[in-house]
Amino acid sequence: MIRLVKFLIPLILFFIAVVFLFKGLYLDPHEVPSPLVGKPAPAFTAPILGKAGKTFSSEDMKGQVWLLNVWASWCGACKDEHPVLMEMAKTNKIATYGLDYKDTDADAQAVLAAEGNPYKATFTDVEGKIGIDYGVYGVPETYVIDKAGVIRYKQIGPITDEILFTKIVPLLKELEK
Amino acid sequence: MIPEIGQFALILAFCFAIVQGTLPLIGVWKNQTGLYNLAVPAARAQFVFIIISFICLDYAFYANDFSVLYVASNSNSHLPLAFRLAALWGGHEGSMLLWVTILGVWTMAVTLFAKTLPDSFRIRLISVMGMVSIGFLAFIIFTSNPFERLIPAALDGRDLNPLLQDPGMVFHPPVLYMGYVGFSVAFAFAIAALLDGRLDNAWARWTRPWTTAAWVFLTLGIAFGSKWAYYELGWGGWWFWDAVENASFMPWLVGTALMHSLAVTEKRDAFKVWTVLLSISAFSLSLLGTFLVRSGVLTSVHAFATDPGRGLFILLYLVIVIGGALLLFALRAPTVGLGEKFDVVSRESMLLANNVVLVAAAGSVLLGTLYPLLMDSLGAGKISVGPPYFDAVFVAIMAPGLFLMGLGPLARWKKTSLPEIGTRLRVAAVISVLTALLVPFAMGKITLMSAVGVFMGIWVVSTTLILLINRIKSRQVTTPNLLENIKGIPLAFYGMLLAHFGIGVFILGVTLVKGYESEQDLRMEVNDVAKVGALSFKFEGAKEIAGPNYTSSQGKFVVTSNTKEIAILHPEKRFYPVQGSVMTEADIEAGVFKDMYVSLGEPLENGAWSVRIYIKPFVQWIWAGCILMALGGILALMDRRYRIANKRLTKETQDVQEAFDA
Repeated sequence: MIRLVKFLIPLILFFIAVVFLFKGLYLDPHEVPSPLVGKPAPAFTAPILGKAGKTFSSEDMKGQVWLLNVWASWCGACKDEHPVLMEMAKTNKIATYGLDYKDTDADAQAVLAAEGNPYKATFTDVEGKIGIDYGVYGVPETYVIDKAGVIRYKQIGPITDEILFTKIVPLLKELEK
Repeated sequence: MIPEIGQFALILAFCFAIVQGTLPLIGVWKNQTGLYNLAVPAARAQFVFIIISFICLDYAFYANDFSVLYVASNSNSHLPLAFRLAALWGGHEGSMLLWVTILGVWTMAVTLFAKTLPDSFRIRLISVMGMVSIGFLAFIIFTSNPFERLIPAALDGRDLNPLLQDPGMVFHPPVLYMGYVGFSVAFAFAIAALLDGRLDNAWARWTRPWTTAAWVFLTLGIAFGSKWAYYELGWGGWWFWDAVENASFMPWLVGTALMHSLAVTEKRDAFKVWTVLLSISAFSLSLLGTFLVRSGVLTSVHAFATDPGRGLFILLYLVIVIGGALLLFALRAPTVGLGEKFDVVSRESMLLANNVVLVAAAGSVLLGTLYPLLMDSLGAGKISVGPPYFDAVFVAIMAPGLFLMGLGPLARWKKTSLPEIGTRLRVAAVISVLTALLVPFAMGKITLMSAVGVFMGIWVVSTTLILLINRIKSRQVTTPNLLENIKGIPLAFYGMLLAHFGIGVFILGVTLVKGYESEQDLRMEVNDVAKVGALSFKFEGAKEIAGPNYTSSQGKFVVTSNTKEIAILHPEKRFYPVQGSVMTEADIEAGVFKDMYVSLGEPLENGAWSVRIYIKPFVQWIWAGCILMALGGILALMDRRYRIANKRLTKETQDVQEAFDA
């Protein structure tokens, strides 16, 4: 009997592995919780796209709930996300600001002119320094920032309709209270 | 029309796989010749239809048929032809088709070359391979159809991922898959043996060449991949312990253990249970690798579309194939018996130690690879396991194994004396210790790791040479003519020497590049000169050039040593407009003793660039070592012994057959 059990060990180990692999199928390894969630959004001052000489300071947004969407003209996934942002802009209930990441002003303006501008304003981060402060590692990324200037949610990758309705809208409702 | 033919051919192949995987097994069981004669024709028909399907899909790539969704997603009309044809395996669906095509190639090879096996065994073998094929064909047909139409057709395709637009893409995946999937033959041998109750040294002798062949492909495939990463990713790394690399490395480690264990089973009729378990494990790890890559449960640079539905399908398949095999193992293995006894100090025990080391190494890689998944599914948070874990654990486990590599081949079967081996290896020990002190000194920096690494590398190389000298000396009595003496030694022995020698070369390469590489990250204006040791790199600016499907900024660097010009390097920064992505193309001047490696970072103002310059000493030895290992495997495969033994066996079987008929 003991001899027989010995030969069952590989099978038992395999089934333990299968249990974990099965669980793994329903987890998302790409979802890395940002350490910035729950912390104050890093302050920055940046030029405003299309308004030469004017700058924007994130301090000005205190008291408002807003979205910071990191995008670029060279980013393919941003084009997939663009229609969702346009829908959000039409509702007039969500204040979305753009951060044009490692891009040229001319290219960015051309994209906004051709495809529509979903942003209240776009700031430029030509060298990607603001991106480093925010821990941007892929474009697009979106941050939801509350009235006290604290990051409450980070979306890595494009916002889809599903994420918009299940995560962002409920969160915004709560924050606006 | 062509894609529909491809799809239809795939469905026919699936039908033939079902015939091949079921009826002949029943035939052997019920002893019905009619049924078991179906195995070979069904296997060959399956192969033909898979090939038709493969050609149809590649034709769609060739003809830029963007009404096929898979082609539209992975190709583009501006993509050069060679890359269009290789784009077939640039995505999920096509990779699976490549997998099953290569399984077809191996099955076909078995029907052609394994003719000398006893009938019932051969039929079971082919039938088990058919079973493996059923699952993969079903997976393609039901979840990942590469022939799906896109209506209306796209005007142009979304292009192949620019990272994959490289000659490496043409060779690396097929060769790697030949290795991965090749272990299915050893797996089928093991299952057939368990079903047949025939686990003897003849079985081991039949399995050996197939295992070695798969191992050669896997070795080359992994080496190609490593080389590709080295020049393509732009920062000079050659191994990343990425989940997918590990997925190919684990079957390699277990496959290496299997080759050695098979030798014991063949020569001494021992380790039988263990050998069968390794045969099952090598292929199981290949399948696990496929699951990890395809299901997206782990993050990886190789991750494709992730879809839990597909993952679930493969997992179910793993449960049936691996679970079924291990269940059969648990039922049948206890009856196998232990084989001949051996002493604690003997070649058997050395090879057992080799097996333990290799399996422990594979286990530590498996643990590191799956650990993030374990933690995440236990709700213990997100972690990642990186090179520090793998480097430390892997090296610590392998080091004793490498030391034994020097002793093992000198030990005798059954019983050997340690002092005797010791005397024979005195010279090797002295040479290794001396070089371990001298080489780091000559390189200008002495560290423990580099001294240990050099010792191990030289130890393996020198003991291998001593082994050869010993063998020639011991034969001198019977064969005094040196040339005849050398010619008379079996090729398999030379194969082993060459492969072990390759390991030594590999270790030296790894040690020296890890210990003495240098890196400079700097900003260079036009005509700036960077000094790295005795070398000067002069940046002569970058100019715009146009490629077939990209535009590129190409820098020019003139390398001089003592005012003598020794190389001109042209690293590039390419922009691929279809996917809007930027790629770094490093330029490398490769050499025996060092590589000079330059890559462009970001453009700065006034024509200046951020630039990375690496000097990689002995890095080419890493791949040279792998190629020597593979050549060793090829030499072993060419050994006459397998053919003679097989012929003798056929003669015997025929005699028995005739006796029955008479």
